[in-house]
Amino acid sequence: MRAFSAARIWEMVRKEFLQLRRNPLLLRLLLVSPIIQLVLFGYAVSTDVHNATTFVVDQSNTQESRQLLEAMTASGYFRISGGSADPADMVSALDHGAALVGVAIPPDFAPQLHRPGGARVQILVDGTNSNSATVALGYAERIVQNFGAQLAITTPLGIDLRERAWFNPNLASRDYNVPAVIGSIILMVCLLMTSLAIVREREIGTLEQLMVSPLQPLELIAGKLLPFALIGLLDILAVTLVALAWFKVPLVGNFVVVLSGSVLFLLSALGIGLLVSAVSATQQEAFMTSFLLFMPLILLSGFMFPVTSMPELFHWLTLLNPLRHFLEIVRAVFLKGAGFDDLWRQFLALSLMGPALLWLAAGTFRKTAG
Amino acid sequence: MAFDVFRLLAIARKELLQLRRDVRSLILAFLLPLLLLALFGYAISWDVSDIRTAVLDQDRSATSRAFVDAYRASGYFSVRQDLERSSEIDALLTRGSVQMVLVIPPDFSERLGANRPVAVQALVDGSDANTATIALAYARAITRDYALETQLQGRLLQPPITTDSRVWYNEELLSRNMIVPGLIAVIMMIVAAMLTSLTIAREWERGTMEQLAATPVTRSEVVLGKLLPYVVIGLIDVVMCAVLGVWLFDVPLRGSVLLLMTLSTAYIIGSLGLGIFISAAARSQLLATQLAMLTTFLPAFLLSGFMYAIDVLPKGLQMVTYLVPARYFLVVTRGIFLKGVGADVLRVQGLLMIAFAIIGIALAIHFFRKELRT
Repeated sequence: MRAFSAARIWEMVRKEFLQLRRNPLLLRLLLVSPIIQLVLFGYAVSTDVHNATTFVVDQSNTQESRQLLEAMTASGYFRISGGSADPADMVSALDHGAALVGVAIPPDFAPQLHRPGGARVQILVDGTNSNSATVALGYAERIVQNFGAQLAITTPLGIDLRERAWFNPNLASRDYNVPAVIGSIILMVCLLMTSLAIVREREIGTLEQLMVSPLQPLELIAGKLLPFALIGLLDILAVTLVALAWFKVPLVGNFVVVLSGSVLFLLSALGIGLLVSAVSATQQEAFMTSFLLFMPLILLSGFMFPVTSMPELFHWLTLLNPLRHFLEIVRAVFLKGAGFDDLWRQFLALSLMGPALLWLAAGTFRKTAG
Repeated sequence: MAFDVFRLLAIARKELLQLRRDVRSLILAFLLPLLLLALFGYAISWDVSDIRTAVLDQDRSATSRAFVDAYRASGYFSVRQDLERSSEIDALLTRGSVQMVLVIPPDFSERLGANRPVAVQALVDGSDANTATIALAYARAITRDYALETQLQGRLLQPPITTDSRVWYNEELLSRNMIVPGLIAVIMMIVAAMLTSLTIAREWERGTMEQLAATPVTRSEVVLGKLLPYVVIGLIDVVMCAVLGVWLFDVPLRGSVLLLMTLSTAYIIGSLGLGIFISAAARSQLLATQLAMLTTFLPAFLLSGFMYAIDVLPKGLQMVTYLVPARYFLVVTRGIFLKGVGADVLRVQGLLMIAFAIIGIALAIHFFRKELRT
């Protein structure tokens, strides 16, 4: 057996890039797709509520009731999208989805404010989107209560809760989600693209040609994987630049930590991609298999849904998910400025998983390819 | 040549035979819905509970312990650690070993006993803004209730306004009631658009599509015949999701099943047309998958209101959502499942679904011809 040759791997990588250049649409997609994902996730993944459409039935129609509605709209959380004197219109607005919240103020609102028993305000929320509904209901109740508290001349509450959000004082969900897109993009490029590209050669029959060339199996694998690793790293840089320049996401920590984590995570992602290509005969099979893996890897990573909210069993399962560890690294570095000392567990997990997956994949690949 | 249903059915039969050999496509078509239902139904939620909390109790009195117990008893906070010094807080939050730290000042019980205001600090790891917002809301409510209780000491409170809040359609605000009907729209997009874009791109890549074109069948017979098996698969998926949703996850199905199936069929046909269009535009499977992900799966997932409200998006992206068919279909599924509304309320969405189906078929037939000419 000849020694492992860097020159041969390099030739292989060059061939891959030449091939990629012939497919300009794909090349463009490889660069545009991360940006589209970034914009989608940056803007869409947010459970913030503001300007919730609100339908008002103000039967009181007094200065007091208008002040209450004013307090609601002034908060920025609610936007009055319709009004009527007939409660039936409110029902219809909620049924049609024209309003998320309905507020009904009864005719006796103003006089009841100063009588024992107090006034009543009805708040209806469309619960079909349980997230927005929970948040909107919380805001609405708080605003009405504060409004009432201002009217009643009572002593203020004894305990004042001073809230401070560390690392993200404005509680902007974007700062949390945008850096995480790096993880989903590496996974997309390395898992989906790698597996498809390798299986394509098998389908066309060029993989056999490569097998009979003087390339050693490991060199072949390395040469196949390296271009995608490079594209993945390029995508990371592009995403980081857009995140910092456009989304103004803070990067508190050291980017070197992110890059080191990315390289380790790349190994895992490439390993899974290679494994998929080893067990797939056609591109279609490869894609189906990748997609079936892609969904749980994304959903059980803490990307969109916090790991802490998952039941115990799934909580443990996420520990086997390399994306989970990588996202913890990325987010902690971007937002908290964490370093290697804070993140050694995540780094350890990734440095165990990456080589193990690659080793397993390379073994399976050699068996099925031969 | 006149349109012939028998020829159409023959094409459909050929497609079905081919599909039966294609095990992994069938796995994706039937396993993916199950997998997603299981993940969304069992594993995933935004419901925040057991927030990992550390307490720095500088007072160490019975009152301060009672205050911390109120947090514990709420079920939202799981108090894991008792801190000695404030210098420990930084490392805990940075490492993420706790999500919130409650700091009780040394004079807590003294001031509270003397009816003087006292400040308690809630330091929360804000990096996950959603969880942090919810955690702070719980903390606020627990603190207020505790303060009220100590202040009133049994007296009755007379608030000037009481709110009578009601949640409609999803009374307990369960996220699975929101997810399951929405998931149907997303799964349909995946199965219909992604599966067809791939299977048809493959026929073109291998040249078998030309063989099909050379047989004595008309274009619309080929396209419709190819679509038919996938319509059936899609409808089976809808039924599967609906049955499992209602039976396993107790999602209410309040509206008309017939209306749901009719509009689902229209939506599936439209998505399938989109899939054929993508495969014709892409010509290669590699590209078709990427295009299908970007134009069908991601928008259906993120820009349809499936998980994230459309109102919060910037104006430009909100405009884009009007082009996402899943957005309208989601109103249909949620309307029928949760609100129990009928065709009168869903008139606009229903017409849009039918329009989507017609456009989808037209696109498919048109691009099918174009591809064969070149």
